[in-house]
Amino acid sequence: MNSFKFLTAPDVPAAIQLTDDQPLAAFIAGGTNLLDLWKYNLVNPTALIDISQLATLSALRELENGGFRLGAAVKNADTAYHPIIESRYPLLSKAILAGASAQIRNMASNGGNLLQRTRCYYFYDHQVPCNKRVPGSGCPAREGYNRMHAILGASEACIAVFPSDMCVALAALEARINVTGIDGERSLAFSDFHRLPGERPELDNNLKPGELITSIDLPEKGFPLNYSYLKLRDRHSYAFALVSVATALEMDGHTIKEARIALGGVAHKPWRSLEAEEFLRGKTACRENFAAAADIILEGAVGLEYNRFKIKLAKNAIIRNGMMALDPDAQLPGAQPSL
Amino acid sequence: METDPQHPHPQGMETHLITLKINGKQHSTNIRPWVSLLDCLRDHLDLTGTKKGCDHGQCGACTVICDGKRILSCLSLAVMKDGAEITTVEGIATKNGLHPLQQAFIDHDAFQCGYCTPGQLCSALGLLSEGRASSREEVKELMSGNLCRCGANVGIIDAIMQVKDGGSDE
Repeated sequence: MNSFKFLTAPDVPAAIQLTDDQPLAAFIAGGTNLLDLWKYNLVNPTALIDISQLATLSALRELENGGFRLGAAVKNADTAYHPIIESRYPLLSKAILAGASAQIRNMASNGGNLLQRTRCYYFYDHQVPCNKRVPGSGCPAREGYNRMHAILGASEACIAVFPSDMCVALAALEARINVTGIDGERSLAFSDFHRLPGERPELDNNLKPGELITSIDLPEKGFPLNYSYLKLRDRHSYAFALVSVATALEMDGHTIKEARIALGGVAHKPWRSLEAEEFLRGKTACRENFAAAADIILEGAVGLEYNRFKIKLAKNAIIRNGMMALDPDAQLPGAQPSL
Repeated sequence: METDPQHPHPQGMETHLITLKINGKQHSTNIRPWVSLLDCLRDHLDLTGTKKGCDHGQCGACTVICDGKRILSCLSLAVMKDGAEITTVEGIATKNGLHPLQQAFIDHDAFQCGYCTPGQLCSALGLLSEGRASSREEVKELMSGNLCRCGANVGIIDAIMQVKDGGSDE
């Protein structure tokens, strides 16, 4: 743990300007992951810039295009329990509430949720190499105890998984991420925000140095009628996913007009297969078709010594969650998925 | 300025004057920026009722109520809570004695060693004021951030249900 300065700014441009003078500074909103990483000596910021009080980051509001904007500094709990999120984007509400604990959701910010780092135990252990922590040092997970690790999109350098639940729903909903940096504002499609490890596993996402997430935009279409978030884990609650699935369907009778399926706990980013979603278009919503879609999603999945169970688990979860999405009201709050 | 090998950035030695309203009483203290709210309560203000368990947000022992919301004091910087209103376990009893939730914990054997109890109490009060849980299943789910290594969880949920249902056992 190092010491650091604590800085505040009156607005977003001033906060970003501070990073120019303090290139090793970090923004802090909720701090639930950042301060934990700092205690583990995994981040060593020279300064923390408090963005939690900035008004432009603190709003939840309707957009002119029919969508809805989530301020980056808004708390996860305030987002999940917002009446519009509950009614128009219930998949997002369920996914947020499946993550962390009530206390952490009261603290953690929406922007910070996107920037969580992996919970790979080798990443946290300074006694062993880790390409994400020390680039080029090696990866003990590949030959080690890799039960929680990736089955899709991994590289020789890294098999870590991204831990967020909220982001699995945001991937399925095709949210956009608005960021501001010293060179101005830009907007990223959700699928372009996080990255696969490749040769640079130290990079979790495509933010540039000094860039700040200001908001997350949900499109108008929220799939409020047919949706489900299924999270499979070692405890009933307060544990990271081994496999999670966010399913959103637009139905015409028994026929699928549009399907979105995103997986968590299986890759370095929320995992989607546009090919599988296209396959489901116009098909009957039934176990057989969800199974066929699962085979497309999991094509190329690679199991290692301790995580190969995830391939079958993911297939069954995709099928089960597809069926659950047909009747979301049957999912009682707090209901546990039967394994 | 003294240099501390543990703290390689000497400019970080600056302190901030913060004011917290804790259990209805104003407290002011000078703290360094990296001091957690938990360490501020325990080490700066001698309010040791709030417990340090894992110090990493995994156990819930450090739960306090901050501006009406239950939070983890171990993952909060005290400097970011300047001006906040905080309730700790020391502040939940009433003038007339124990808070009904404290009495319910006694009634239901909701603790053994007691180390997690301050966090359990604050978390349960947060849960009750949030009003998001109606069934026992929902109470269990929304109390999952508080671990009890003695295994008193069933008693803890019983106690919360008793208070939630207005003093009657479910």
